[in-house]
Amino acid sequence: MNHTIAVLVENHFGVLARVSGLFSARGFNIDSLTVGETQDPAVSRMTIVVNGDERVLDQIMKQLDKLVDVIKVVDLTKEETIDRELVLAKVKASAASRADIIQIVNTFRAKIVDVNPHSMTIEVTGTESKLDAMLELLRPFGIDELVRTGLISVVRKKIISCGEPVPEQNSHPAKSKSKKVKEAKASEA
Amino acid sequence: MKLTGAETLIRCLEMEGVEYVFGIPGGAILPTFDALYDSKLKFILVRHEQGASHMADGYGRSTGRPGVCMVTSGPAATNTVTGLATAHMDSAPMVCITGQVATTVIGSDAFQEADVIGITRPVTKHSYLVRDVKDIPRIVREAFYIASTGRPGPVLIDFPVDVSRAEAEFIFPDKVSIRGYHPVTDPDYAQVEKAAELIRHSKRPCLYVGGGAVGSGAQKEVVELVEKTGIPITTTVLGLGIFPENHPSSLRMLGMHGTHYANYAVQGSDLLIAVGARFDDRVTGKISMFAPHAKIIHMDIDPSSISKTIRVDAPIVGDIKSTLRELNKLVKDKRKDIKPWLDQIAEWKKKHPLKYDQSDDMIRQQYVIEQIGEITKHKAVVTTGVGQHQMWTAQWYKFMAPRSMLTSGGLGTMGYGFPAAIGAQLGRPGETVICIDGDGSFQMTMSELATAVYYKIPVKVFIMDNSHHGMVRQWQQLFYRERYSGSQLGPSNPDFIKIAEACGAMGIEVREKKEVIPAIKKALAHDGPVVVRCLVAKMDNVYPMVPAGHALDQVMDMA
Repeated sequence: MNHTIAVLVENHFGVLARVSGLFSARGFNIDSLTVGETQDPAVSRMTIVVNGDERVLDQIMKQLDKLVDVIKVVDLTKEETIDRELVLAKVKASAASRADIIQIVNTFRAKIVDVNPHSMTIEVTGTESKLDAMLELLRPFGIDELVRTGLISVVRKKIISCGEPVPEQNSHPAKSKSKKVKEAKASEA
Repeated sequence: MKLTGAETLIRCLEMEGVEYVFGIPGGAILPTFDALYDSKLKFILVRHEQGASHMADGYGRSTGRPGVCMVTSGPAATNTVTGLATAHMDSAPMVCITGQVATTVIGSDAFQEADVIGITRPVTKHSYLVRDVKDIPRIVREAFYIASTGRPGPVLIDFPVDVSRAEAEFIFPDKVSIRGYHPVTDPDYAQVEKAAELIRHSKRPCLYVGGGAVGSGAQKEVVELVEKTGIPITTTVLGLGIFPENHPSSLRMLGMHGTHYANYAVQGSDLLIAVGARFDDRVTGKISMFAPHAKIIHMDIDPSSISKTIRVDAPIVGDIKSTLRELNKLVKDKRKDIKPWLDQIAEWKKKHPLKYDQSDDMIRQQYVIEQIGEITKHKAVVTTGVGQHQMWTAQWYKFMAPRSMLTSGGLGTMGYGFPAAIGAQLGRPGETVICIDGDGSFQMTMSELATAVYYKIPVKVFIMDNSHHGMVRQWQQLFYRERYSGSQLGPSNPDFIKIAEACGAMGIEVREKKEVIPAIKKALAHDGPVVVRCLVAKMDNVYPMVPAGHALDQVMDMA
C-alpha cells in the first residue's frame, strides 16, 4: 500500500543520501520525495511517498529514526492530512483546441502560465487524484512535457515539529508515558 | 589561543581519553600526523589500513571504549571499509579518522581522492565531513559519544587537509547535545512486567543471550537472572562468556554449529527470552520453523532490531543492564515449576554431548583448542578468524567472562583475528591474548606480524593449518559433491615458521599430538609474539551442523 512519511532532518549536506540509501538498500522504489526548509532553517522536512510491504516499511521507519541526522519520523498514512502536489504541464494547443483546454483548466481551477502558437503551459495544484483526473482529460491533446513536485502534506489537528511530543515512531517507548504508545505496543503484541 | 585544525583534533582525542591511535600516515593527513608527533597519544604504525581498523575494533570490543584508527585519504580510507563493516555488524565502538583532499578540490578526482562518506555510509553508525575548523571539537565529542552509547558502532570523521591547516580558537564543548540522537536506556516498565508475567506462566522457558548483553556490561544481571530462576541459557557467538559455560544452566552456543541441546531447547521452548540478540539467520536456521511453540520476549537497545526478522510478543526497548535489573526484581525461582523441562534438557545434554574423534593420533583442532582453554584456565582473551577454527573455538574453549571472545560474527571477516588480538592486547595489557586462526584467515592480515614485533605486543597466534579454507571445503564436501573448487591452500601455503622468524617473532611448529601441550606452554611462557603452526587434520568437519535453510532441530552430526 501507499505510505506517506514525513521526516524532519538536520539541514546538513549528505542527509538526503542517508535517507534515500535506506530505501535503495532494501530495493524500495520511492514514488516521490520532496524536501525543503521548514520554519526553522536548520531543519528540513522531507515528504516521502513509497509503496511497499507494511513490515518492511515499519523496519525502514525505525531505521530512519536511527539516523543521527533524522530528528523525527511520522507516518502520515493514517492521519487526517491536507495533501498537495504541483504540476506543470506543457500541452499541445492549436487555435482549434485552445478553447477546449481553457475550459478544462477553469474546471480544475488551474492556471495557464504560458502560451505560444503550439502549446500552453498549465500550472495546477491539488491532491493526487485531482491532478490525475485533469491530466487524463488533457492527455488526448498531447502532453509535450510533464513535471510534478511530488506530494507535500500536513496533518490537520497535530503539529509535527522538533520539540513536540509526537506520534509513536519517534518517541522512545521507555520515556513516553503516553497512552498511545502503550496501545501501539499492545497491538504489536 | 589559536590552534590548527590538526592540533585541535589531536587535542580532542587526548581529552576523550584516547590511549592508542592505529594507522598509517599519508598525504592528506600529514598535518594531523605532524600534530600527533608532539602528543602523548601512543601511535601504532600498522602495515595495512585494514589491520588498523581491526586493531581499533579489537581494542574497542575488549575494553568497551572506542578504538581509534587514523589513516590518509583515498586508498587508505577504502582499506578501512572492511574493518568498519565488521565493527558495524557486531556493534563494536570505534572512531575512524580519514584524511581527505582539500575542500576546494573535493569532487574533482584529485590525487588520492575517494568519496569516503559515500562509500562508508552503509557501514558506519554515523559519519562526518569536517568543513569548518571550528566544528572539530563538537564533531569529535559527538563521534565518541555516538560510537560508545546506545547500540555502539563505528563513526567516521573525514578530515580535509585544508581544514586541518586552518586555525581557530580552541573551545572544547562541555556537553554533547544531538537533536536526532537519543539512545533509549530505561525500559518501559509495563513491558518488563509483561515479560515477567510471561516468564511466570511459562513451562519451558529458554534464555537466548547475545552481544548486546556484553556491550551493556550486564554479566552480573544475566547471571542473577539464571541463578534466581533456574532458566537454562544459550548464547550466540558474540554472547559467549556472558555466562560461564561450565555452569549447569549453560546450554553453550546455539545456531548452525550450536550444541544439540541448545537448539533442541530453543525449538522445544514455550517462551524464548532474547536478550541483546538479533535473530541472525545463522542462529535461527529456517525462520518459519524457528521456535515454533514459543512466545518471544525481545530485549534490545535498538528499536529497529525488534520484529525485524521474527514477530515478537513482548518487545522491550532499552539498555539490557537496566532492563534485567528491573526484571530480576519481578521473577521467582522456577526450578520446581519447570522440572520436567529441565529433566528433558539434562537428558538431551547426556545423549548429545559435543564430541570429536579421538581414536587416532591426528591433531584435531578441537583438541588443541580444548588444551589452550585448560592451560589458560579459560581466562585468556581469545580472537579468531572465520571458519572451522572459529566455530571450534566457540565450541571448545569454554568461555567464562564477557569480552573474552572477539570474533567477526556478523560480517564473517577472515583476517580479523590477528589484528584484533593486537588491539585487544594493548587494551588489556598484562592479560593473555590468543588468536586462534586458520591458515586461510591468518594470511589475510599476517603482515601485522611486523607491527606486533616492533611494538613488543606479546600476542600468541595458533594457526590451525589444515591446508584448506576448511569451512568452504566442508560445504563443498557436503553440498557440492566433493568438488573442491578453489578451497585448497596446501600447495601454496608459505612456511609460517620462517615468516614468523623473518619478522622477529618466535615460531613453533607442531607436527604431532604429543607436541601440542608443550607448544602451548612454551608459547605462553615467551614474552613476545609467537606463531604456533599446528598441522591439524585436513578433512575434519564441524559438527553438530544445521544445514542452511533447515530448522534448528534438523541437526547433522558425526557418525
